[in-house]
Amino acid sequence: MTTYYSEDHEYIKVDGDIGTVGISDYAQKALGDIVFVELPDVGTSFEKGDDAAVVESVKAASDIYAPVGGEVTENNGALEDAPETVNASSEDAGWFFKMKIADASQLEALMDEAAYKTFCDGL
Amino acid sequence: MTDTQDLIKTTLHAIHVAAGAKMVPFAGYDMPVQYPLGIMKEHEHTREKCGLFDVSHMGQCFLIPEDGDFATAAKALEKLVPADIQSLEPGQQRYSQFLNEEGGILDDLMISRLGFAGHTHKIYLVVNAGCKDQDYAHLQKHIPDNVKLDILDDSMSLIALQGPKAAEVLGSLNAKVKDLIFMTHTDLPLGETMADCWCHVSRSGYTGEDGYEIAVKHPDAEWLVDKLLEHPDVELIGLGARDSLRMEAGLCLYGHDIDTTVSPIEAGLIWSVQKHRRSGCDYIGAARIEADLANKQSKRLVGILPEGRAPAREHTEIQDMDGNKIGEITSGGFGPTVGGPIAMGYVTRKNFKAGTPLNLIVRGKARPAKVVKMPFAPHNYKRG
Repeated sequence: MTTYYSEDHEYIKVDGDIGTVGISDYAQKALGDIVFVELPDVGTSFEKGDDAAVVESVKAASDIYAPVGGEVTENNGALEDAPETVNASSEDAGWFFKMKIADASQLEALMDEAAYKTFCDGL
Repeated sequence: MTDTQDLIKTTLHAIHVAAGAKMVPFAGYDMPVQYPLGIMKEHEHTREKCGLFDVSHMGQCFLIPEDGDFATAAKALEKLVPADIQSLEPGQQRYSQFLNEEGGILDDLMISRLGFAGHTHKIYLVVNAGCKDQDYAHLQKHIPDNVKLDILDDSMSLIALQGPKAAEVLGSLNAKVKDLIFMTHTDLPLGETMADCWCHVSRSGYTGEDGYEIAVKHPDAEWLVDKLLEHPDVELIGLGARDSLRMEAGLCLYGHDIDTTVSPIEAGLIWSVQKHRRSGCDYIGAARIEADLANKQSKRLVGILPEGRAPAREHTEIQDMDGNKIGEITSGGFGPTVGGPIAMGYVTRKNFKAGTPLNLIVRGKARPAKVVKMPFAPHNYKRG
């Protein structure tokens, strides 16, 4: 399983043609206490870069973009009652949704873990 | 960003930076929005123990009557605000608003008559940072020549100590602060000797909790803050939690819940207009207060409790159950003490009553909510 990151701090963990999408640890720290997550319905289709979800901290709402195009196959309903899971475990239990990746070549435009770390260090 | 170089730093700036604060531009100042504790924990700490806020960006000034007669200054100020000023006793404080000719709110402010012997003719004002230059100009323009405006921004810092432990903490520096009740104030030393660190201390604040606002001379400010931070119950609190605390307390924020487009009556601030100031007075904007009270108001600021967990932010459209737009959210977010989203906004007539069902249009989706009485979290003022 390979994890890719976008410059907007989404990650996508790829397992076959299914990708699990969420926000990076860097992003959850920057956002602070997360109080609400709005998830896409199963069956929703996205183009790369579409608004896919919303994450709200005490202070503000932030859009989460689809890192690649595809169709939502599952969403993490547990976040509705426990949005703080994103702070506690953003890259594991705090995932947002799973999608069937339409075009795997779009992953090439994303960063791998090492490149993303360098990217964050430069911010 | 080159802009940050032009931002004003308060005397406590180095303390914020050393504490690891995230600094943001606010009303021309470089201010802490949160510390490493985070907004949620800072909020809870203030409700449970005691939070320390730097509010030195706010404007402080004196009105000093040259004839030494309090009534001279009080009468001058009464031309500009709906509140009764002449009846203020020494050491008493009142909340009011500057109005324009149409009765719209130019700013809201705290007004105190000094209580210290030999100074009871002076009036002390605290105004919003973003409005202060305009407020000072408004005062200069309207007060007579025999009342002097003395602006304190270059000499006084302002901090707030808020929460159930505030009296115990500040009382450890001078026990006399415990005798103050809500909306009274005094001048006293908070230093190690009776000559040290004279401060103007009022029992008031912007969190709904018991607590104090302390005006302290710039050279003493860092010492006082360090001294207060030595207490294990005290944490520095940023503007982020200040906003969630005041929202839960149902207190208006200028530029959001109140501005020149609304009158004090529409904003639900009638409690701040004493009875005999509601009609037959000639202060700027008085006709609007009188008209709003005589006629049925077209809109009013109400508390709104969204169902579910989705916060409704400022500018969210409010609809009635038939889908008609009836207003807009002016402040909205998450209330850590409430444990869910809270909001306030203006709604049209017939929708003022607590319990009225509404829809909030959040990202195109209608989400149910209802009108509720404010505050969202109970006030814990020390009323005597």
